[in-house]
Amino acid sequence: MRSVIYVLTALAVLGLALWAYQENYRTQEVLKDTQRLQRQIGEAQVRLSVLRAEWAYLNRPDRLRELADLNFERLGLLPMRADQFGRVSEIMYAEDPALPIINGIDVSNFSDAGTLPPEQQP
Amino acid sequence: MIRTPLRPLARVLHARAKGENPDLIERENIRLRHEEMQDRSRARAEGRLLVLGVFFFCAFSVVGARMGMLASSEAQEPLASATGATIAAQRADIVDREGRLLATNFETHSLYAQPPLMVDPVAAAEGLVRIFPDLDKDRLVRDFSGKRKFIWIKKRISPEQKQAVHDIGDPGLLFGPREMRLYPNGRLAAHVLGGAGFGREGVDAAEVIGVAGVEKQFDGYLRDPANGAKPLQLSLDLTVQAAMEQVLDGGMKIMSAKGASAVLMDVHTGEVVAASSLPSFDPNDRPRPPTSGFDPSDSPLFNRYVQGVYELGSVFKIFAAAQAVDLGLVNSDTIIDTSGPMRIGKFPIGEFNNKNYGKISIADVIVHSSNRGTGRLALQIGAERQQAFLNSLGMFDPTPFEIVEASGGQPLKPKTWGELSTVTISYGHGLSTSPMHLAAGYAAIANGGQYVSPTVLKQKGPQYGPRVMSENAARQARAMLRKVVTSGTASFGEVPGYQVGGKTGTADKPKPRGGYYDDKVIATFASLFPASDPKYVLVVTLDEPSILAYGEKRRTAGWTAVPVAAELIGRVAPLLGLRPQLEPGQGAGYTLTSN
Repeated sequence: MRSVIYVLTALAVLGLALWAYQENYRTQEVLKDTQRLQRQIGEAQVRLSVLRAEWAYLNRPDRLRELADLNFERLGLLPMRADQFGRVSEIMYAEDPALPIINGIDVSNFSDAGTLPPEQQP
Repeated sequence: MIRTPLRPLARVLHARAKGENPDLIERENIRLRHEEMQDRSRARAEGRLLVLGVFFFCAFSVVGARMGMLASSEAQEPLASATGATIAAQRADIVDREGRLLATNFETHSLYAQPPLMVDPVAAAEGLVRIFPDLDKDRLVRDFSGKRKFIWIKKRISPEQKQAVHDIGDPGLLFGPREMRLYPNGRLAAHVLGGAGFGREGVDAAEVIGVAGVEKQFDGYLRDPANGAKPLQLSLDLTVQAAMEQVLDGGMKIMSAKGASAVLMDVHTGEVVAASSLPSFDPNDRPRPPTSGFDPSDSPLFNRYVQGVYELGSVFKIFAAAQAVDLGLVNSDTIIDTSGPMRIGKFPIGEFNNKNYGKISIADVIVHSSNRGTGRLALQIGAERQQAFLNSLGMFDPTPFEIVEASGGQPLKPKTWGELSTVTISYGHGLSTSPMHLAAGYAAIANGGQYVSPTVLKQKGPQYGPRVMSENAARQARAMLRKVVTSGTASFGEVPGYQVGGKTGTADKPKPRGGYYDDKVIATFASLFPASDPKYVLVVTLDEPSILAYGEKRRTAGWTAVPVAAELIGRVAPLLGLRPQLEPGQGAGYTLTSN
């Protein structure tokens, strides 16, 4: 009986040692992974800040002004002025679409003004 | 321990002799023994509970302490190079009121050499000189072959330069990461931002410290690692600032002025939406401060709108008028005698071009900018009340504007404030202030009589300070200022749709050794718009302007500062989101149309 207990205990110690050994390596693996991820995050942040700086640099007012001047013919951008403000009531509504022509008139016969009916003559 | 027997023979015999039941004695003894046992086990259980309690207490306090530590310690951002740099990296960004970047960080590299690791010092030196022509080859060779173990070569190099140095291929040439401050907008808002430089330097990192402007004022905030992701938000508006600098630069050139400054301030919050001082500089490459024995205002580093402390002239007249109305001495229609001669002691008080306006209303005193009229008003007010009023407008202390240079803008006031000072200060002579002071003073008139302190930080909602004048006085002062533009000295200041009101001021520049120049002036136009319900105050100052108009060299503000300010308002007001408005009371039948 006693020897069985000894054997079982020894096996348990062995098993636990194996488990601890594996856990140790797994922990180290995870730690390394975290470090790698953190480095990646750091690099991404640096990249992001560079991109942000570049965005700000490319959108600096001086450059935009120059670009607006260069492309004036195409875009016609001018500094904003008071006279460019309008009222909502001044905006024209879209015109109603023209009514469809149902009974078309053949105009190929009216070659000159003289053939037009008198009321249609200019 | 002595156990008492359950049936003590003596007592049993004694009881038997008396004919009592000896079992009672036994039972009594059993009861006593049980009581004793109970006490003992209770004590033991209590002891165990105590031990358990202590154990739990310890365990929970460990957990609590750990939680507290985690909560109070600062979260560490992941770093690109996990070398555990001791110098705090990542300075917080600075953004404008819309969140557009004004200052950020940029990763560059520094170049250093470790001569003991070098393979071929001469070839390395030659290679370096080819990349950096400003290096001295002989000196490099001497350094590389000498006893030195470590040499800085360049503090900041670009990625292309780094690659070129890499291509030299010498193991003794090494790079360290360097965080540098980048101002992507170049010269824009240079005086507010200031600039940054390197503080403590190590191989792996260098400390970036602010050297001027907000960078220095808020250095602690910007460097605090806890604020790494929280940018410092300023009240400036990038687009307005850009428009202002463009217009002001053009105006300065047309008016052949030596310098110019402009401050645009929100009258309710005190936020400075744009502020510019020309000539300016590039904060990415901040010039060295001028050496002594040199007029500081000649340097581009000189911040005219807070450090440019000058007598600003007639722009101060409105303060006298507003105070007189506030005290109930007059109102804008009261007639006052402005005819000469007027003498205070030996000092004659004259008018511009020796004019004589006769008996005119207070409003006309402001419209025509009459020195004698304001002087007589000031005498009615008295020196003490005048001082108290100007003090309440913050005219005696440096402005609270949050850039380091602002503390250098200490106004100059006379040592003794006699009758003469009272009169001259009422029309802006004898008291030197910066344009920022003036903007704060005009903001109080514009917002209905409450002081607002100028600030460079974005605010939430109005930030009114103490009331300095009544609503009525402020309204009348605004009406007078509006009249100056519609029919007075600032007639060029009319901007259709924006109802500009303002006051001109032309003051002779003081000579460094006393006295005044005849042909050098500081021309100022302090304005508010739209006059019916002012939102913004704009102060434009030109240093030594002059323009040839109608065959005459003109220097007064009406000819110089006012047109520049009008152009500025015309450009900036739409950007600020102000819709052009008809002036209240204007005839109907006139509608604004788009072109």
